[in-house]
Amino acid sequence: MSRYRFLPHTADAKFQAFGNTLEESFVNAALATASLMWDWEKIEKKKGHSARVEGRDLKQLLVSFLEEIIYLMESKRFLLAAVGGIQIEKKQGKYSLTAMFKGDQYSEKYTLFGDVKAITYNEMVIEENDRIMVQVVVDI
Amino acid sequence: MDIKRLSDYAWEIPKHGEMKVSTVIYISSQLLEGVKRDKTLSQARNVACLRGIQRTAYVMPDAHQGYGFPIGGVAAFDLDEGIISPGGVGYDINCGVRLLKTDLNEEDIQAHRKQLLSEIFKQVPAGVGKGGTTRLSRQVLMDVCAKGAEWAVENGYGTPEDLQRTEENGRMKAADPSQLSSRALERGIPQLGTLGAGNHFLEIQKVDEIYEKDVAEVFGIRTVGQIMVMIHCGSRGLGHQVASDYIRLMENTFGTKGLPDRELINAPIRSPLGQQYYKSMSAAVNFAFANRQMIAHWVRQVFSRVLGSSKGMDQVYDVCHNVAKFEKHQVSEGEIKKVCIHRKGATRSFGPGREEIPEVYRSVGQPVIIPGSMGTSSYVLVGTKEAEKLSFASTAHGAGRVMSRHEALRRFRGEEIKQDLERKGIELRFTGWKGVAEEASAAYKDVDEVVKISHQVGLGRLVARVVPVGVMKG
Repeated sequence: MSRYRFLPHTADAKFQAFGNTLEESFVNAALATASLMWDWEKIEKKKGHSARVEGRDLKQLLVSFLEEIIYLMESKRFLLAAVGGIQIEKKQGKYSLTAMFKGDQYSEKYTLFGDVKAITYNEMVIEENDRIMVQVVVDI
Repeated sequence: MDIKRLSDYAWEIPKHGEMKVSTVIYISSQLLEGVKRDKTLSQARNVACLRGIQRTAYVMPDAHQGYGFPIGGVAAFDLDEGIISPGGVGYDINCGVRLLKTDLNEEDIQAHRKQLLSEIFKQVPAGVGKGGTTRLSRQVLMDVCAKGAEWAVENGYGTPEDLQRTEENGRMKAADPSQLSSRALERGIPQLGTLGAGNHFLEIQKVDEIYEKDVAEVFGIRTVGQIMVMIHCGSRGLGHQVASDYIRLMENTFGTKGLPDRELINAPIRSPLGQQYYKSMSAAVNFAFANRQMIAHWVRQVFSRVLGSSKGMDQVYDVCHNVAKFEKHQVSEGEIKKVCIHRKGATRSFGPGREEIPEVYRSVGQPVIIPGSMGTSSYVLVGTKEAEKLSFASTAHGAGRVMSRHEALRRFRGEEIKQDLERKGIELRFTGWKGVAEEASAAYKDVDEVVKISHQVGLGRLVARVVPVGVMKG
């Protein structure tokens, strides 16, 4: 089973990411998002950024989590290669997520091939069956 | 959904259910078929359900599905009862277009065309993740966001005349950069003075046809073959972050219950959060004005260096196509009042007499600049008095995608597109082959059809068509 797949969308990009746990599906959604901008498999895992985001529900948590990738790229020129140690918790009705982003600083050896403007709620689905599927449309 | 034909180019979704007003779509029957296939119409209907909406919700001829509001959506809200919505402006706040004229003819630049384009390509940073040439301090960025194009002119980029020929004179006075999140500022710092990627472009163009000579003359468009420069870009990551920030803040304040679409989240205009969004959005609008002001300045510098002079390179106009602002409109028989108008993928098209437009254009109406897609025509229209009644003085903003980027990549090869453009005499400079294939003109609606509808309905009248001779893509 693949980590994610892209579906047709007229103006933007739409993907579904899969996992056996919610955490795994979020990680794969992060890689799908990164794949719109660079080839994450080719990025060295030299640097780390710890991520901590919150959400009033799972959808907002997912949006905030994926936005971290865009923010780190645009402000720190950090390219994501992998996500480690991800944990999602629910406390007093709120969700929080912690994870370690691994990757490298942008340099000439890497190719960037697209911009992502924002993560949207459009057509967002979080389906929790035997496996978890999250569907996201990103504004590009 | 019940859609009623009003005329050849106007269709109505009558008020029903939760709708507070009806929705009117200005489109041809042919383009309507495409629009029916995506969520444009249901999104337009959702807009008509929002609190305090006035008169009618409108949809422009180049509409397609967006987030919350459709792209090409126009809606006005009462200042006391109404709302303001980040989804009604879009992620790329003040994405817009600037047009410069020259006193040059096609023949004057023929021998220098390649050099002009190459030099502009060197001078104007473009492409994915490409940063600006200067690294700003946070304080300077705050100034940029407070003063917009005025900041740029004060710092040597362009002239005061440019400001007069920019929507809002290049500065939304409500801007309050202290309301911007740290993240918005961090994303903005490396990106001032950059074109960006995606559908953003810079073109050297020539006038191909003039439809209304007297008006064209007022705009500085005198003859077929005259060289023009068009710049299409927006507020970059700073604006995107403002939209994301306020969607989250509004969700956390007001909750998401009962929203048919989460990006329809909004705040009462009078509420503290509504005001904060307006002030932050205005700051992002200013960032985009300053961005286009700097790029225009660099283009003039290149013309000056290559051709010895940039004399006569005056700005025709600079228009926003993703914005919310306060304007006076007639909302019902005999009632004129100030409303909060949202234009998302729509261009303001004020006719003669409006005080918001520069004095030089006040007798004819404002220039409306409608960019095509890569390698196709673009248009200059003039705003009309009727547009105030038809669409709160709004018209289309471009071509609008009809094919996904993925499909475009599958069908077209960048190399072939480049050769094809070259055969038509169009030079191309770009940062990546992928972007070239994704932006193939066949992936867009026919801009000729879009402006024809605008002209026929009276949203904006045709003044001139321009075609590219050199295209720079981010």
